[in-house]
Amino acid sequence: MNDFINGLFRLRRGPWEMVASVLIALGVIMLMQPVAITLYTYSFIITLTGTVMFIVVSHFPE
Amino acid sequence: MNNIPIEKIAKATPDSVARHIRGLSDRSIAWIFVAPTIFLLLAINIFPLIWTVWLSFTNSRVNRPNRAVEWVGLRNYERILTDSDIWHTMQATAHFLIWTIVLQVLIGFMLAFLINKKFRGNDLWTTIIVFPMMLSPAVVGNFWTFLYQPQIGLFNYVIAFFSGADSASFSMIGDVDLAPWAIIIADTWMWTPFVMLICLAGLRSIPNSIYEAAECDRASKWRQFWTITIPMVLPFLMLAVLFRGIENFKMFDLVVQLTGGGPGNTTTLTSIDLKREAFEKWRTGYSSAYAVILFVTVFGLASIYVKALNKVKER
Repeated sequence: MNDFINGLFRLRRGPWEMVASVLIALGVIMLMQPVAITLYTYSFIITLTGTVMFIVVSHFPE
Repeated sequence: MNNIPIEKIAKATPDSVARHIRGLSDRSIAWIFVAPTIFLLLAINIFPLIWTVWLSFTNSRVNRPNRAVEWVGLRNYERILTDSDIWHTMQATAHFLIWTIVLQVLIGFMLAFLINKKFRGNDLWTTIIVFPMMLSPAVVGNFWTFLYQPQIGLFNYVIAFFSGADSASFSMIGDVDLAPWAIIIADTWMWTPFVMLICLAGLRSIPNSIYEAAECDRASKWRQFWTITIPMVLPFLMLAVLFRGIENFKMFDLVVQLTGGGPGNTTTLTSIDLKREAFEKWRTGYSSAYAVILFVTVFGLASIYVKALNKVKER
């Protein structure tokens, strides 16, 4: 866990890609879930944030 | 003349003449070869993408070319993301996507596992199994429409034979609960062979020596399956899931032919809904925003999936 937080502070690719992946997965689940329309409404902004973050952080050092 | 050093002659030669003598540099030749591809890529992929993003912020309607196009900001996105009909369409797509992938991977892997064994008529069975994949989706759609007919359909007859129910008592494509399963069954029938072929390639790439070593270590067949077969086929399986996932996310022809999105909108997938918005209602700006939402979703999912695939390959 410490490595993960240190990696975030030192702008390392691994932990940041993990955060971006979680955001994308969360956004997609929110987009297609049958529970609450509010989650559906905010799904796109979360997926978009995750996707843009993924593109940016994939250029960070290992 | 012979006493003049070659460097001096080279320096004295005017640039234009020297360039003519040397011809094109390797870099220039590379650019000449690559330029048409880059131009096509920009014209066919990048430009339409940027154009779509721009349209998604407008109220453009391509059936009214003389009407002024107004900038509406995020209004199209707001409408789509608060529309309960589109929300249900997303759920129908998720249902279709998850079940087709699960069934195709399970059945495809089992078939590949069987076909990989040496037996008489192996090639003939492979050809028969692969046959549905070669058909056009329009043909498959028509074919399954007849199979699902309540009175004369073979599918209903088989279900009635095994369950004892009356074959005319249910309609696969007319029933709200059964229609989503009707399109899943037809797509699974058509595309399981594709998954099977990819799995077969994976199974045939495993060297026999690994199984022989496992036999020497007295590993059971079950253990060999879980510790050799599955890990070595996993990258192929993941590739098959990626291909089928992307394809099924934009599934259109087969479903339109089978159910037309009905009954009601139970089998209206996102691609069908998008086509209706764009080319039946002619709401170009709105449908562009819809397309951008789908694009970002597929792109994001594919990005994390490819990353996971690379990790599995590295193991």
